[in-house]
Parts: sequence; structure tokens; C-alpha cells
Amino acid sequence: MTTTTLSTFDAAGFESFLQERQEPQWLKEMRQQAWNQAEAMQWPERRHEEWLRTDIRMFQINRFGIPSSVASDVEPEQVAEAHQLRAGVETAGQIETLDSQIVNASLKETWKERGVLFGSLEDHCESQADLVREYLFSVTNTEHDKFAALHAATWAGGQILYVPRGVVIDEPLHIGSVLSGGGTDTTHTLVILEEGAEATLLHECNCLDPSASGLHLGGIEIIQKPNSHLRYVNLQEWGHKTFNFAMQKATVDRDATLQWTLAAMGSQLTKVNQSVDLVGPGANSQVNGVMFTEARQHIAYHTLQHHKAPNCRSDFLYKSAQQDNSRTVWRGMIKVDPEAQKTDGYQRNDNLVLSSNARADSIPGLEIEADDVRCTHGSTTAKVDEEQIFYARCRGFTRKEATRMIVSGFFQQIFDRITIDSVRDALGDAIARQVREYD
Amino acid sequence: MNHILKIEDLHVTVGDKPILRGVNLTIQHGETHALMGPNGSGKSTLGLAIMGHPGYEITGGKIHLNDQDVLEMEADERARAGIFLAFQRPMAIPGVKMADFLRHATTNIRRPDRKEGEELIPMREFRKELKDRMAHLRMDVEFARRYVNDGFSGGEMKRAEILQLAMLQPKFAILDETDSGLDADAVRLASESIAEIGHQKMGLLIITHHDKLLEHNPPQFTHVMLGGRIVETGGPELADELHENGYDRIRKTYPEAEAANQEMLAEEATA
Repeated sequence: MTTTTLSTFDAAGFESFLQERQEPQWLKEMRQQAWNQAEAMQWPERRHEEWLRTDIRMFQINRFGIPSSVASDVEPEQVAEAHQLRAGVETAGQIETLDSQIVNASLKETWKERGVLFGSLEDHCESQADLVREYLFSVTNTEHDKFAALHAATWAGGQILYVPRGVVIDEPLHIGSVLSGGGTDTTHTLVILEEGAEATLLHECNCLDPSASGLHLGGIEIIQKPNSHLRYVNLQEWGHKTFNFAMQKATVDRDATLQWTLAAMGSQLTKVNQSVDLVGPGANSQVNGVMFTEARQHIAYHTLQHHKAPNCRSDFLYKSAQQDNSRTVWRGMIKVDPEAQKTDGYQRNDNLVLSSNARADSIPGLEIEADDVRCTHGSTTAKVDEEQIFYARCRGFTRKEATRMIVSGFFQQIFDRITIDSVRDALGDAIARQVREYD
Repeated sequence: MNHILKIEDLHVTVGDKPILRGVNLTIQHGETHALMGPNGSGKSTLGLAIMGHPGYEITGGKIHLNDQDVLEMEADERARAGIFLAFQRPMAIPGVKMADFLRHATTNIRRPDRKEGEELIPMREFRKELKDRMAHLRMDVEFARRYVNDGFSGGEMKRAEILQLAMLQPKFAILDETDSGLDADAVRLASESIAEIGHQKMGLLIITHHDKLLEHNPPQFTHVMLGGRIVETGGPELADELHENGYDRIRKTYPEAEAANQEMLAEEATA
């Protein structure tokens, strides 16, 4: 626990946050503008469609501080121990943060020599000002709501991955974001793949104390130039009293492919907007998601597959399981612009409700303005079948073993899409940890 | 060791409807029993009640495996004690590979005291055993990689149940219409397989409508169930008679049981 007084999310707090940082003028202005926007905005209310199912009255931002650069007394080893995706993986580089402060950032020389940038976004605002200015907040909308504006004003630490034209990074890169008890993380992740570039990015969010509170106000921006290929994995295991708000968006150009796999396991309350824009002909995205909730967790994802160009393909599969009194919300949309002919869009969300008090809201949506497209969507919600459990018990499985097996079977379809062993293992472990016994 | 599965005056209800009305049956290890009877007489209920299906309430009677009170045990404890049911309608478990399912099941059955989370049978060792068993049963190895009963044809499900029987090697096995949905060749293969796996090595209770499954498994005892009771017990000749002449004689000889049977069928139809 740090004893330093942190800047709070108010005008004075923001002022001292700005003062404390030695940042270029353009960035200070950008932050100030976003702050002014945030000040002018109300907190979202339940009458807003996006917040209809997500109640944030319990959230009080004044309980949290804006990330500061005051040194923490947490040892770097503790941060490293929290990571799960690195086991057995030879990485090209890694970035570790604690409460939005960079603890460690490294990239192999061979990739540095080839012009790859991978490190603290803060630092690159100085050293690569032109590049960062061009792309920072070019993809996500900082005016979407008060959370988005606050993130744009107070983001700290952050990561940038820039892969130059034609460079293929054949080892995964790793980002580990860690929250301490009561900490705030406002990480912004900026990924830029130039034409023909390739990379795999493993990005995980963990906590030092699973039961402690915390705040994440985050943003992810992915920019893929033509014919680039990105595999991006997000594992979110924030503590179960953490509030998690994020805007995450990718823009995928001609013949580029994006495989984005995420697992949302942690937090008390999550509200994420995840979007993929397909902006060049032949762009291809595959989004895979796992949500698994317990106790009183609430995880809400609003997703968009936006076809802006012809001949693009978007594949989307979320599998969600809910136990205890928890709830997940998925509201999905495939949007096809008039010029996006020959679109192939797929969207599916399956839910496995494990307790009578748990709830799954699953709302697919299509908005199609082109006339020559193929778009399908589906949503299923089922309970664990007692007959399945009995069958397994007749083969010697305990009730818990049977439930765990059925739940991991339910998620198998996602596992089948994951090609990285460490990711499959970490996800499998995370799911197994979360399964409890049912009567 | 000589094991005994003993069922005494077993009464079972579903909801508040009586299904079994006093079943008595003793099976010694190594014996083969055929259980026959018209539809709705309670044969499947007996199998599920022996395994401890939560939907079947035991309102009277006892089941003992040697000196163990089976009715006090959970379904998985019964399985670990050595009782097996080949389901008439096996459940699909999507996303779980047959091989993984069986590895876990086999470990639990062979090591009844295994705690959750303890090591399973080593993968390599298990794979070899499974492969051998499957070859023996003339099953394609691809089968092990498929999800448990998911998208299986009726015949494939029954083959899968026989494979489980072979792997788990129970003391007592109840085979509930393991021949239904199979063509003549497949029934013959099933009959041979069951004989090979279980004949004289287990106590077998074979529930069937047809004589083909019994071809390689001649029963020492044939039981006829009607209206939730075993009304007649005989040798192999009783099975032959029923195959040839049907249940008319039985129905006439036991009018009360027949009335109960009709009542149960009528209730099933309205439910």
C-alpha cells in the first residue's frame, strides 16, 4: 500500500497530475481538452441505451486517484509473478506496468534494429512525437462518454507497438498490466502495423490482491495497414472489486487479418466497447470472447463489427458462463455500409447459466445498408443440464468435476481457435479456478 | 471375490407416481441376467434407480452391493463402487473429447479414493490402453477425438457405451437396450463385444426386447417385468418363449400387474 496522497479525479487533482508530468505541449493540450470535455459531461444514466443494463450508481470515482509517478513499494518480482501468459513463451519483448507506471520494458535488439517500437507510450510521445500524434486517439472516440473523456485526459504509462512495413515478428510480444489494491490503471495501448507487417501480442491484466478494489479506465487502439496480420490476446483478471471501463477498437485495412481473442474473468463491474472497423476490401477479422462471472460480478460488452468496405469478412463468437448472482451483458452489432457489398458477417453469443440467480443478456443486432451481403447471427442461452451431470457422475465424476468438465467443454470452441499453448493453458486454468460447486 | 448386488422390495416413484412396486433381484458376480418386459413396465427406471438418478425417489426397499448400502451413496460413489449403467439414451457433452472424458472416468473408477485435482492416469499409458481396446472393438481411433456423444448416431452412442464398459470394468453392469437403434450386424458385434468384456467377469443385467443381443450372452436367469414388478423368473428358455410368443401369456397370468402397467402407460401418454 502506498501512503502518498494521490491526485483525485477533480480539477485540482488533474492540475497537479499535469504539473507533475514533463510532457510535450501538444499532449498537455490534448489532455486539457479531454478533461474539459469530461467536466462538461454527465455520468451515464440508465436511461441511456448503452447503460440500460449496467448500473454504475455504486461507482464513486472520488475513491480512486489519478495515477501518479510516485514510486511504489511493490517489488518488481511481485508484478512479474502476477502474469499468466508468459509461461514457456519466448517473447520478442515485454512491458510490465503497475498502476499505470512502467516497471520494465524491453525489446530484443534484432527487432529494434528493424525499426520495431515496443515500449512505454509516454516515453514515445517525446521520442516519436510525429508518429504518436498521428495515431493517438485517431481510432477511438474520446467523446463517447465521460469515461472515454476521462481516460483521454488521464491516461498514463501505456504501451506502443509499431511494426514497420514488411516486418514479421515471429515471437509473441507480452504486455502485463497489474493493479495494486486500491490502484488506478489508465493504460492506453496503441498498436500500429504497417503494410505487410505481422505480430502476436499477448496482453493481460492482473491484480496483486484478487479481493481488493481498483479502477481501470482504459483504451486500446489498433491500426492495421493493408495486408498486415495481427493476433491479439487479452486476458482480463482484475480483482473482483475493480471497476473496469474501456474503449477498444481496431481498424483493419485491405487484405489485413485480425484475430482478437479476449477473456473477461475479473472485475466487479465491466463496461467495454469493443469495435472492429473493416475499412479496406478483403479485410478479415475474427473476434473470440470468453466471459465467466461469479458472485455479484457484472460484465457488459458492447461490440461492433463495422463493414465499411466491400468483400470483408467478420467472424465473431462470444461464449459466456454465469454463476452465483452474476450477470453478463452482450449487445452486438454488425453494421454494413452501403458500399460494403459482398460482406460476410457472422455473430454469435452462447451462454451457459450456472445458477438460477445468474443472468445473461444477449442481444445480437444487424444494421445492413448494402444489398448483396451474407450476415448471420445467433444467440443461445442454456442451463447446465442435470441429465449431463448425472451421466458424468455415473462415470465416476464428482458433481464439481462434472460441472467443471461441462463448463470447459462449453468454452472448447474458443480454445479450438487459440493457437498459442500458454494462452490456452492460462485460460483453462482461469476457468477452472472460477468454477465452484453447485447443489 | 464373490460380489453380490441385491435389490429387495424396491419401490420407486417419479413425482408422486409409483413406477417400481416392489422389485426383488439378486445378481452374483459372473452371472448374466436378462431383464425383459413390455414398454413402460419399469425396466429403465430400475437401471436409473440403481445408479441413483435424482429424479427417481426411493420410497421403500434396499439395494446392497456386498455389505454396502447403495442407497446411501451418490451416483459417482456407486460408479466408483463398481456399478455401471450403459444408458439407453446417453447424454452429449459438447466440447469434451471422448478420450479426455474416459481418462478422467477411468482414473476415478480405478482409484475410488482419488481426490479432486489429483493426477490422472498418465496420458501415454492411457492412450495406449484406449487404442488397444478400440482396436479390439473394431472402432476407429478417430472416435476418441470426437466430443462425447455429440452428433453421434444412435449406433455410435451404443458403441461408445460399450467402449466405456470395456474401459471401466465394473463389477456389475446394467445394459439398457444397448441393441436399440442398431442394425443386425451391429447388434451381433455388440453382443460379441459384451460377451468378451463381461461374460463371467461381471454381473450383467441385460435389458432388451430382442434375442440377438443375448446370442453371445446366454442368460442364466430371465426376468419379466410388468407393472413395476418382476412377475416371473426363469432360465434361458423363458427369454426364448417371450421372443417367440410375446407377452400375452404374461399379461393374462398377472392381471393386476397388467392393470398397473396400463395405468403407467396411460399416465406417460398424458404427461
